[in-house]
Amino acid sequence: MDALDLARWQFGVTTVYHFLFVPLTIGLGVYVAGLQTAWLRTGKEHYLRLTKFFGKLFLINFAMGVVTGIVQEFQFGMNWSEYSTFVGDVFGAPLALEALLAFFLESTFLGLWIFGWDRLPKRVHLACLWAAVIGSNLSAYFILAANAWMKHPVGYEVVDGRARMTDLWAVLTNSTALAQVPHVVAGSFVVAGGFVIAVAGYRILRERGLRVLPGRRNAPAVQDATVPMRRLPDMWRTSLRAALVMTAIAGAVVAGTGDLSGQLLHEQQPMKLAAAEGLRHDTAGAPFSIVPGVEVPGLLSLLSAHDPGATVQGVDDIQARYAKAFGPADYIPNLPVVFWSFRVMIVFGMATAGLSVLGLWLTRRPRRQRGGTAKPVPGWFARLCVLALPLPIVAIISGWLLSEIGRQPWTVQGELMTAASVSPGVSLGEVAITLTVFTVLYGVLALAEGVLLVRHVKAGPELPPVETAPAGPAPARPDEARLTPTLMY
Amino acid sequence: MTTFWFIVIAFLWTGYFVLEGFDFGVGALLPLLSRSESDRRQVLGTIGPVWDGNEVWLITAIGAMFAAFPAWYSGLLSSFYLPVFLVIAGLILRGVGLEWRGKVHSRREVALCDAGIVTGSVLPAFLWGAIFGNLLFGTALATVLGGALSLSVAVLHGAVFVALKTTGGVRARARRAALLAAVGALPVALAVLPSVPGMGPVWTLGTALLAAAALAAGVTLVWGRREGSAFVATATAIAATTATVFGVLWSAPLPGLTLAEAASAPYTLTVLTWIGLLALPGVIAYQAWTYWVFRKRLTAEVS
Repeated sequence: MDALDLARWQFGVTTVYHFLFVPLTIGLGVYVAGLQTAWLRTGKEHYLRLTKFFGKLFLINFAMGVVTGIVQEFQFGMNWSEYSTFVGDVFGAPLALEALLAFFLESTFLGLWIFGWDRLPKRVHLACLWAAVIGSNLSAYFILAANAWMKHPVGYEVVDGRARMTDLWAVLTNSTALAQVPHVVAGSFVVAGGFVIAVAGYRILRERGLRVLPGRRNAPAVQDATVPMRRLPDMWRTSLRAALVMTAIAGAVVAGTGDLSGQLLHEQQPMKLAAAEGLRHDTAGAPFSIVPGVEVPGLLSLLSAHDPGATVQGVDDIQARYAKAFGPADYIPNLPVVFWSFRVMIVFGMATAGLSVLGLWLTRRPRRQRGGTAKPVPGWFARLCVLALPLPIVAIISGWLLSEIGRQPWTVQGELMTAASVSPGVSLGEVAITLTVFTVLYGVLALAEGVLLVRHVKAGPELPPVETAPAGPAPARPDEARLTPTLMY
Repeated sequence: MTTFWFIVIAFLWTGYFVLEGFDFGVGALLPLLSRSESDRRQVLGTIGPVWDGNEVWLITAIGAMFAAFPAWYSGLLSSFYLPVFLVIAGLILRGVGLEWRGKVHSRREVALCDAGIVTGSVLPAFLWGAIFGNLLFGTALATVLGGALSLSVAVLHGAVFVALKTTGGVRARARRAALLAAVGALPVALAVLPSVPGMGPVWTLGTALLAAAALAAGVTLVWGRREGSAFVATATAIAATTATVFGVLWSAPLPGLTLAEAASAPYTLTVLTWIGLLALPGVIAYQAWTYWVFRKRLTAEVS
């Protein structure tokens, strides 16, 4: 155990934690903005209540995405100073652009949205949320472009032992980035969709007095504080269906771009592809192994090269080639982790997409009854929605592990190895301290976020001021008399 | 080009210290300015809509250092490993405290959030000064004095900001807090500021003098209840101090490292310049608009 190992653990722990919250921020932000847009266009009260309800959940989660993101900006310099000095010229540029073009937009306009309910005209207020949401998605693009460069470096030359950027446009339109960005962003929408599906499923059960696990009943629904909302249109059904649509579409994008990423791996990162498949030797017409021992002939070649007879490189042969090209070293990533995270990603991701398609079919409006009342969401499906919550989260984290552990032992594919990237002056003890504190602090805060989210979901939306609020869109002028912004908006 | 980017980075740090300076001061003063929950909401309401945007100035400064001076970025952060780590830990606690405060249920949880806000404001406010003090002089005394200067000036700056943005009891207490903070800040400033320019270019003597003068003017203006002008004065003091520090760092941003050695290639600096010149005015414009939207003084909640 040396500082390098701990620095790697620290990067893994802090990044995976960060990535628990960020996908939800990316997807849920768009969902909330969509709800608020629907409210503004239709004037229907239940859209406003959904906006405020999911907006609160969004903000609870947003906080964690932001604070865990600060660490990312610093730790390249703290733990990986050799890496930072080598790549800063190229890798630093998208990071600087991310802060300048995305983070300012996101944080400034989100502040305006949170505190601007009473102060801004309705359209401007909504535009603030869209600006913040665009900022979040833009930040995903920049950071993934930087990350893609590590896997497939382009637009640079190495001068005096440092990478020098020669073409920013090439870095920003890296084929790896163009496949990875939609894959990860759509994956984020699946995570957020899964989250909303679970929340809506829970609220549907709760309003019928049902529990998540069958066989037990809650107190009669009449005593539920959130019952008055049942006089409104079936808002949870609306929110569930919107999330199902979002998840189904995003799931299709994830699958399509995943296929594209697989082909790029074949060309750019053969070791990762071979490790993900457990393919030991170069094989023509390579089979796809579903689990060890169960194989579909020719499928891997078909998927990665769109040719069932194509040759796919194997781990041991790549190792031999790399040893010849880059000198003797171990160029094989952690095979079991890469192999299994690939499968977990696919199975859990497809299960989430499948759930959304099933849900859309179950909640469809039969053609003859169009305009009439739709069938209620079946109780068993609502339960399934809640229980499926971990699926997309596990899938997206597995995808990240596949992507980054599969990149090892390189930080920059073919240019810089992880072992040569670590800060030489930082001691084992220092990394141990920060690793411990970050892990504990993040653990406690993640737990706190979970508790806060569950509490707010259980409490449901605040009761509408139905008696005072006019049914249509409220007057557009901000209420000048109210000077104190409440911290809870 | 190297010089230009050094100025850009100095500008970003200046923006960060001026803006987040009052956020830190407000956070540190939270328990001292408040007698009730309503007071606390009033105090925090002054920075509520803006603190997160202010913090991005730091993220941008760090990101710009990474892109423009990779060796400076990595050298600074890896050599000040533990202090930087504590800054981050503080920022995490503060950010979560501020965001979650309005969403927790019990008094105990609100008190926990407040503890996070206070710790997360005091710690970075002290540590930034300590880091730069140590960077300039390398002695323990400079580290402590630098930290004391940045913390006390942040508290003064924050107190003036609260006095500017509130009414009633909170405003009166903020004014007294500003005067008390000045009793701490002025002697430290007088001890520290004259010694800094000795190592840098001649003009840093001017900025150091300006910083001291602005600080003194700020205190006088608070005394005269002219909070708007006082805020401009404390902001100027922070900006001039930052300019002085970066003026000295110009020749050697880190011991044994020159800017030219640390810099990225001209191509990178040129493209970043164009993007920065296009984007930064926009950022400043919409952040200024935020302050305009929330320009009114906050009154205590009537409940």
